Amino acid sequence: MDELIRKGRTWKYGDNVDTDQIYPSKYMDIHEPAEAAKHLMEGVDLQFALEVRKGDFLVTGRNFGLGSIRGGIHLAFEHLKLGGIIAESFSRGFFRNCISEGIPVLECSEVCAKVDTGDLIEVNFSNGEIINHTKNEIIKGKKLPDFIIEKIISGGSIPLVKKIFASDLKGRRENG
Amino acid sequence: MNELKKKGMTIAQKILALKSGKRRVEAGEFVEANADLTITNDTSGHLLVRTFRQAGIPRIWDSEKFVVCLDHLVPANNPQTASNHNLIRQFVQEQNIKHFFDINEGIHLHVTVEKGLVRPGMLIPGNDSHCTMFGALGAFGTGISIPETVELLATGKLWFKVPSTMKIDLFGSLSQMVTPKDIILEVIGRLKADGAMYKAVEFSGDAVKTINMDGRLTLCNMAVEMGAKTGIVEPDETTMDYLKGRTDQQFHIVKNDPDAVYERIESIDLSTLEPKVSLPHRVDNVVSVNEVKGVKINQAFIGSCTNGLFSDLKIAAQILQGRRIGASVRLIVNPASKEVYLKTLNEGVLEILIESGAVICNPGCGACIGATKGVLGEGEVCISSANRNFRGRMGSDEAKVFLASPATVAASAVTGEITDPRGFV
Repeated sequence: MDELIRKGRTWKYGDNVDTDQIYPSKYMDIHEPAEAAKHLMEGVDLQFALEVRKGDFLVTGRNFGLGSIRGGIHLAFEHLKLGGIIAESFSRGFFRNCISEGIPVLECSEVCAKVDTGDLIEVNFSNGEIINHTKNEIIKGKKLPDFIIEKIISGGSIPLVKKIFASDLKGRRENG
Repeated sequence: MNELKKKGMTIAQKILALKSGKRRVEAGEFVEANADLTITNDTSGHLLVRTFRQAGIPRIWDSEKFVVCLDHLVPANNPQTASNHNLIRQFVQEQNIKHFFDINEGIHLHVTVEKGLVRPGMLIPGNDSHCTMFGALGAFGTGISIPETVELLATGKLWFKVPSTMKIDLFGSLSQMVTPKDIILEVIGRLKADGAMYKAVEFSGDAVKTINMDGRLTLCNMAVEMGAKTGIVEPDETTMDYLKGRTDQQFHIVKNDPDAVYERIESIDLSTLEPKVSLPHRVDNVVSVNEVKGVKINQAFIGSCTNGLFSDLKIAAQILQGRRIGASVRLIVNPASKEVYLKTLNEGVLEILIESGAVICNPGCGACIGATKGVLGEGEVCISSANRNFRGRMGSDEAKVFLASPATVAASAVTGEITDPRGFV
C-alpha cells in the first residue's frame, strides 16, 4: 500500500468547534462548491476562507466537528482540497464524514501544544507521524487502520462507487 | 478459545453482528454491515442528489429502503430552496422511491418513526446526526455523511466500528413538570459533549418502563450531543404498543444478553432530578433551572426533533391553560409532524397554545436551525426545547440560546424570564 504523506501550512483552532461554526445553517441552500467554501470556518475565523490554500491543514483541539451532518461542509471540502485535519479528538460523525470524502484525518493528543498557526508540517497518515518543520520536532498521532487509509487514498466513497459501477457496466458488456 | 465462555453482547453489538453475518462481534472490531433503511431531508438531500449523479449510479440499491422527506426549509423560503426541493422531487420520481414525504408531513426522523418504518433490530444509518433517536424503538440508528449515504444507496452496506456500550441506569420517578428532557440534559451535563464519543448509550433501569415513546425519542435523540454513535432503549410493551397499527412487517426484537458487558454505568435518581437548563453556547453547560431563573427572554421555542411531540405540546398547554404569555415574549410552536399537529388540534392543545399567544408554525424543523421562521436577532435571548445552542444556531451570532424542557420553556414564556415550571403545577 502507498504511504499517505502530506505537507502544508496549518490553521489552529480550539476545543469543541461545532458544525454551526464550521458552516453556519444560513448557507444550507448553497449548492456550488466554490460558493460553499467562502463560508467555511466562518463562525470561528473570517480570515480562514479568504486566505486558505489548497493543501493547508486544520489543527484543532478536542471534539472537532460536533453537531450536524452538514452537507455544505462536504461541498466546501470538495472545493478546498485541504491537506488534512489533525485534532486532539474528533466528533464521530465528522470523522467518518472526512474519511468518506477522502480527507486525511489524524488524532493526536498533543497537536495543539506542539503546533501553531502558520507552522509547516509534514504528516505521514500511514504511521501517524507528524514532523513540524517550523519547530523541528516530531510528534506521534494515533495511526488509523490500513483499510481506512486505503479508503482515504482512493478518495473516499464516491470513487469507490464509481469503480463498482464502471466494472459492473464492463462486466455486462463483456457478457454480452 | 471456547466461544461459550465469552461474555454476552449488548443490543448494539448484536445488531451489528446480525447485519454483518457474524455470530458475535467485539467492541472496537470493524465490520461491513447491511443497512435496513436510510433517510435524507431537504437540506442534505439536494446535495445528495448532486453527488449521486456525479457518481454515475444508475439505480439505488432498494427503492423501498430509502426515506426522503422535506422538512428543514418548508415551505421553501427562497427561490434556491424551491429549486433544491424540485431537484429532490425529480430524483424521487426517477428512482421510483416509495417513501417520499413532501413539505406537509413534518420532521423526517419523526415521519420515519410514525409510519412504522423504524422497527426493533434494524440498522439505520441516515443522513442526519439525530438518527440516534431510532434507538427509542430498539433499532441502531446513526448519522452518516452525504458521500457515505451515496455509497449506501449504491451498495446497501457500509463499514462500522463496533461501539462499546454505556448504560444510563434510571431509577425513581420524575416529579411533576420534570421531564425526559431534564434527564438527558442531566446526563449530558455529567458526561460532557465528548463523554460518550463513539459509544452506544443505552437508557435502562426500572424507570425507563415508565417513560412513554415520546420521552424515549427525546432521550435517544440527544445522545448524539455527548458524542454517541447511537442511543438505545431495549424494546418492551411500550415499544410493541407503539408499533401496533403502524406496521404489518415482521421484525426481530434484539435484547441485551444478561451478561452483556458495559464500559461504564451511570445511575440517575429521577426522584431528586430538578428541571435543567443548558447555557449558551454549549449543550453540556448544564445547570438547574434555579441557577438561571430570572434571565429575561425575548423568544420561547417549543418544537424540533427533540421536543415537538404530543407529550411536549401537551405539557406546555397544561402550563399555558388560562394564562397569557409575557407582553414582551414571542412563543413559537412547531409540531414535529402532521400526526402531532392533528392530534394536538383534535385534543384542544393547539387552541390553548394559540389563546395564550403562541404562533403555531407548520410541522418541520422550524426555528431550531435558524434558517427560516423564528430567527433570532442581535442581542436576543431565546429559551428553546431543541437540542443545540451553538453560537449562531438560531440566527444572529450575538443571540443567546438556553435549552430546556417544553415545560420550562412554557413557564418562562408566561413570566418573560427563565422560570421553574414546578411553580405551575
